[in-house]
Amino acid sequence: MKPEPLLLATPSGDALKLRPEGPWTAANVSALETLSRSVGADVDRSSVVTLDLSGVSALDTLGAWILEKLSRRAASSGRSAEFVSVADHFSGLMDEMRQVNRHTPAPAAAQNPVLLRLGDLGRSTVGAREDVTIFLQMLGALFMAVIGVLRRPRSLRLTSLVYQLYRIGWQAIPIVVLITFLIGAIIAQQGFFHFRRFGAESYTVDMVGILVLRELGVLIVAIMVAGRSGSAYTAELGSMKMREEIDALSTMGLDPVHVLILPRVAALVMALPILAFIGSIAALYGGGLVAQFYGGMSPAIYIARLHEAISVTHFEVGILKAPFMALVIGIVACSEGLRVKGSAESLGRQTTTSVVKSIFLVIVLDGLFAIFFASIGM
Amino acid sequence: MDESQQEFAIRVRDLVVGFGRQTVLDHLTLDVRRGEILGLVGASGGGKSVLMRTIIGLIPRQGGSIDVMGQPVGGRKEGAATTWGILFQQGALFSSLTVRQNVQFPLRENLVLSQELMDEIAIAKLEMVGLRAQDADKYPSELSGGMTKRVALARALALDPPILFLDEPTSGLDPIAAGDFDALIATLQKTLGLTVFMVTHDLASLTTVCDRVAALADGKIVAIGPMRELLQSEHPWVRAYFHGKRSQMLQHEMR
Repeated sequence: MKPEPLLLATPSGDALKLRPEGPWTAANVSALETLSRSVGADVDRSSVVTLDLSGVSALDTLGAWILEKLSRRAASSGRSAEFVSVADHFSGLMDEMRQVNRHTPAPAAAQNPVLLRLGDLGRSTVGAREDVTIFLQMLGALFMAVIGVLRRPRSLRLTSLVYQLYRIGWQAIPIVVLITFLIGAIIAQQGFFHFRRFGAESYTVDMVGILVLRELGVLIVAIMVAGRSGSAYTAELGSMKMREEIDALSTMGLDPVHVLILPRVAALVMALPILAFIGSIAALYGGGLVAQFYGGMSPAIYIARLHEAISVTHFEVGILKAPFMALVIGIVACSEGLRVKGSAESLGRQTTTSVVKSIFLVIVLDGLFAIFFASIGM
Repeated sequence: MDESQQEFAIRVRDLVVGFGRQTVLDHLTLDVRRGEILGLVGASGGGKSVLMRTIIGLIPRQGGSIDVMGQPVGGRKEGAATTWGILFQQGALFSSLTVRQNVQFPLRENLVLSQELMDEIAIAKLEMVGLRAQDADKYPSELSGGMTKRVALARALALDPPILFLDEPTSGLDPIAAGDFDALIATLQKTLGLTVFMVTHDLASLTTVCDRVAALADGKIVAIGPMRELLQSEHPWVRAYFHGKRSQMLQHEMR
């Protein structure tokens, strides 16, 4: 049977003799806590407490601390406590314990929950202003980098730009095509299903064409690119920041905006219109397939209807938005990446923020463009 | 328990470890006595860290046996924190936890105890390794290199394990901080009765705190003994290590 720790208390008048026995180690911690609590009242009542350590068979930091805590409790308010017969091999540890936990800093005072909420609100308001500042700073830095490249075209990081184009443009095509194809098909199916009731099936084609070219094609693609490439940018730049790679670049006299951020944002600005175009075509194709197999409309009629329903203006409205959305995604993703601090948690948080913020801004921007195009009559 | 189990904290017999075709440790045998500080030296990439990581079970072995505190080391990982504490080279602190939570982590996972006692033990450990209670609420990213090592040491010692593994504890510290750290390890070793297994290149640590030094070359322990004996060793690699230009200069200065 394993030996259990014991604590024998023998009171004699004002004095109390405590005799711990057995292994006072971390493995028995719950027993030790109970034991030390059980003698607490006796310790408070006695004016002289003697702790006899001769019966202790094993002692570690945890056990030693519990004993030391008992003795401190006994020695408070002018009473006295002492250790007797401390074995040689325990004395070092007991001495060490006597030094610790002497200067516990006062715990932070509990704050009024209402004030705490108000404080949070204030901080996030200031934080929102800071977000705008950071966005504008990044926009300005990018603008300066573009001017630098225009002045000295050879300073453009062509390899990096092409590589980023390959990664976020070329490699994104399959998933973009698949998703937009499905979206186009679903819209067409809904159109046929609901318009059929009042015999307006042929207008489904108008709806698919205008919706896809003006709004959905570019919006869906931008949201997918924000999730797919924006998050990758944030994570890449964030881990570069964590490993001080960005600092290394700066100390070599290179501008991180020029070397890392400009190629990435430029690649996005070039790739997103192309992806939006491919996505729109895939959506129209999906709508056409549904028209043939679900709506019973032959491809020739679908194309003819499409020809009547849409004009180049619709296409222009959609595709003009793409580079601006790409710019917003790129700036948010890169500036969030540079805000990563040392910890792994912060990397995850900034990546989430980057995706959420860029999707939100893309939708807001889309709304602003809708108002703009409506007022200029496009 | 027979006598050999009393005497040795770690017994490694005929250990073979390799990756692919490359054999890193080739029938290596090593005994670490209870209550000693053993320093392990060897060429960079020569298998020092591999030996340490094999003993603590991070790398599978191809042959041989390892006994720690009289128990063969197997696949079982539970209770590992009560057998040994490990100080990784970069500290390996959990970056999403504060210093206090880092030190409390092994306590929380292995024992049932009150939050109050856990806080006190964490502060006690931090003060034992020379940190202040004010540092307890910092995050690892806010610590200097020396402080990171100290926190990592406090975490390694959280459960008072009988064996402490240190992987290059003084690398990246300035000589004063490294000296303090050596002294700290020597003090803790005496107070807590630890067995310390230290991988190091720091000649000063080897001379000042290590009871014995083992030299690892060609996948084997080629020399083991107190520093004095190692300096007399005839093995060519050991001679090159301790009598090379750099070492000679340092030893000369020390004299």
